[in-house]
Amino acid sequence: MNNSALVTSIAGVLAAAAPILFAVIGETISERAGVLNLSMNGMILLSAMGSFAVALATGSVVLGFLAGAAIGALVSLIVAFASLTLLQSQVAVGFVLALLCRDLSYFLGNPIMGKVGPRISQVPIPGFERIPVLGTIFFRQDVMTYLSFILIVLAWFFIFRTRPGLILRGVGERPAAAYIRGANVNRLRYLYAVIGGAIAGLAGPIYSLSVKAGWKGTISGLDGIGWIVLSITIFGGWKPFRAAFGAYLFAFLQWLGLVLQPSLPSVPSQVLQVAPFPLMILSLLLVNIGNAEWVDRSLSRLPENVRRDIAKVLRAMNATPPAALGVPFEKE
Amino acid sequence: MQVELRGITKCFGALRANDNISFTVPPSTIEGILGENGAGKSTLMKILSGFYSPDSGDILLDGEKVKIDTPADAILQGIGMLHQDPLDFPPLKVIDDFILGEKGGLLPNRKRASKEFKELSARFDFSIDPESYVDTLTVGERQQLEILRLLWLGARVLILDEPTTGISLPQKEKLFATLKKLAAEGMTILFVSHKLEDVEALCSRATVLRQGKLIGTMELPFATKALVEMMFGKEMPQESKTQLKMGMNVLNAKHIDLDGVRIQIKGVDLQVHAGEVIGLAGMEGSGQTLFLSACAGLSQPVGGSFCLDEEEKDMTGQTYHEFRKKGVAYLPAARLEQALIPGLSLTEHFILSEGMRGFFIDRKKAEDLAKSRIALYNIKGRPDSTVESLSGGNQQRALLALMRDPLKLILVEHPTRGLDVESTIYIWGKLKERCANGTAIVFISSDLDEILKYSDRVLVFFAGRVTPPLNASSLNVERLGRLIGGKDWDMLETEAAHA
Repeated sequence: MNNSALVTSIAGVLAAAAPILFAVIGETISERAGVLNLSMNGMILLSAMGSFAVALATGSVVLGFLAGAAIGALVSLIVAFASLTLLQSQVAVGFVLALLCRDLSYFLGNPIMGKVGPRISQVPIPGFERIPVLGTIFFRQDVMTYLSFILIVLAWFFIFRTRPGLILRGVGERPAAAYIRGANVNRLRYLYAVIGGAIAGLAGPIYSLSVKAGWKGTISGLDGIGWIVLSITIFGGWKPFRAAFGAYLFAFLQWLGLVLQPSLPSVPSQVLQVAPFPLMILSLLLVNIGNAEWVDRSLSRLPENVRRDIAKVLRAMNATPPAALGVPFEKE
Repeated sequence: MQVELRGITKCFGALRANDNISFTVPPSTIEGILGENGAGKSTLMKILSGFYSPDSGDILLDGEKVKIDTPADAILQGIGMLHQDPLDFPPLKVIDDFILGEKGGLLPNRKRASKEFKELSARFDFSIDPESYVDTLTVGERQQLEILRLLWLGARVLILDEPTTGISLPQKEKLFATLKKLAAEGMTILFVSHKLEDVEALCSRATVLRQGKLIGTMELPFATKALVEMMFGKEMPQESKTQLKMGMNVLNAKHIDLDGVRIQIKGVDLQVHAGEVIGLAGMEGSGQTLFLSACAGLSQPVGGSFCLDEEEKDMTGQTYHEFRKKGVAYLPAARLEQALIPGLSLTEHFILSEGMRGFFIDRKKAEDLAKSRIALYNIKGRPDSTVESLSGGNQQRALLALMRDPLKLILVEHPTRGLDVESTIYIWGKLKERCANGTAIVFISSDLDEILKYSDRVLVFFAGRVTPPLNASSLNVERLGRLIGGKDWDMLETEAAHA
């Protein structure tokens, strides 16, 4: 593989990671507030199908993207209403919605199966695109990929630098404490669940109007992405930059599978296609290994200075979920 | 600020938690709010701090009627509440916790907040690093953080709910000094407690509630006997220590080495005799729990051996189930989390603990059993009451009722933590009954008075070091306190060498 092909591949990985990034950041925001949106897998499929249908009917990709965000917001609103107002289990509701939305997308998407519709194209940024290597990687992308870069920074800034972001963290960590400090816990949870859902909902149109343009029903290759999104949210430790790293890692593993396939004819192609999934699970185990008691115990046998360094690394890798994730809040 | 309550009434269903309560607290006062569990203190304080709205009655601050609907309203009016378990955010940085809830623009000014935090903390001689994380602080430091935060938000009335539970003695002294300083500066402080000695050490007045009603207010100097009578309506009998009789060997711990996550203990020797009570004293996390759980096979020692009975049956390395079969029972401190099963009724608990035979449950028999135990242990609850609906004291009574009879050895963590005086005396009465029948008890407590009052012998733990068994009669609060704080240990060794 020559250099320019490698550069193009990296650019491809960044673009392929964009929908995952939107979904992961959306889920991160929702879970930070304490609402676990387990419907992600079905939601992405439904918004991919729905936004393609809208774009096809109107000829406008912008309306397509708006439809995707609206579908995401709506599904999240159902999760939020069921859990925050009706006090039902977020896991049960989210899981059922995941299945329902998936089947709904296959069923409703039948008439538009395989049709050729509008899609967004690359918008090279004048001037920057001529920078060697970096120009191709970062500045010859489509709008949503650019936005995905901005989204990471923006989400991080909001969560960790602003006052509303601080309150968001508080609401997911200890709603009772946030309440006595003036936060309207349930209203904020609705708000962030819906905002997070809208952001995650954009993953659908990024697929159907760009990365995997069109709607191909069960062979779209989108089924399962939502579950990976949930695990990357955990991998990311509910932090945008780490989550972005997870999204890029997954996109890279997927790309690797495609590249390796011709050179490893003896390995069934399914193995390489599926490999990224268990690899993500493995990395998930790795980041949380510091929580295990046997690790603690075996560490205690090491010399003090070595032990402390390893413990520090493990603590930094460790990802602790918002303490009140999935727990309803009732002021006494 | 002057705080006045006028005719506050609050009902929960049929229960009148607060019944027409009126009193006034002048500025610069530390007012003790006394009462046993369920007397209505917490409800009243929650009304004042905006958690509940009263059914009727008014709150007046400096003579003006105010409306407090939420805790956020309360702090705007200058009323701040420090909860028993500080309501803060453990995974956040101290400075982030500090500013969370402050009104302001999109971007908080951390630099300014950090400077003001440091100035405030210097005023009270606190040393909390604003860049550290809240979960690395002790409970005492988290209280300090909350107090600073409330002051920063402009609190002029401070409510403290049982603040001395779970903090160390030096931290308690610091807390009291801080509160006295604040009162001198004009702060009104409401100190909710059921610990008479704390109220006597700190407060300038005391108001007593009983069964939702205001019983009376007492100015300094307090007459302890009168206060107790106001709280309970009758004088509580004081238990006298049973004479130490050396019974048979129940447990022989030989040169036990233990490896905890953060602490190591080496070479503990202890022989426990039938009918004896051993107290394990020390700051929390000094190794007492580690040792006690090893005595029940709940954790395994890395060196030494445990033998049970006169026959010296070696139990080292056996599980709790084996210990249990030999008549050992363990009562953990987290009653609802580790000892009882929330959601199950008292009857169902008795069915489980009695190990009734057969596939089907004999409802009738089980219910009769539950009824008789409830009566025997004076539990305030019905056979079909779920355990989480019981108060802390009644949960502890239920745990005692669940223990088999006879037992050789009872291991208890904090037998009376969070309980009022009446329940405390009751629980110890029941434990002592067992002792009289030859059961030995080993218990952990952070209450020095409890250790001294009920133990025959005491082991003091300090950072993994353990004293040899000391006769309780040779100890007093001061000596025990010094040992717990890590002082006088050299003297102990010389004493042992001479003996």
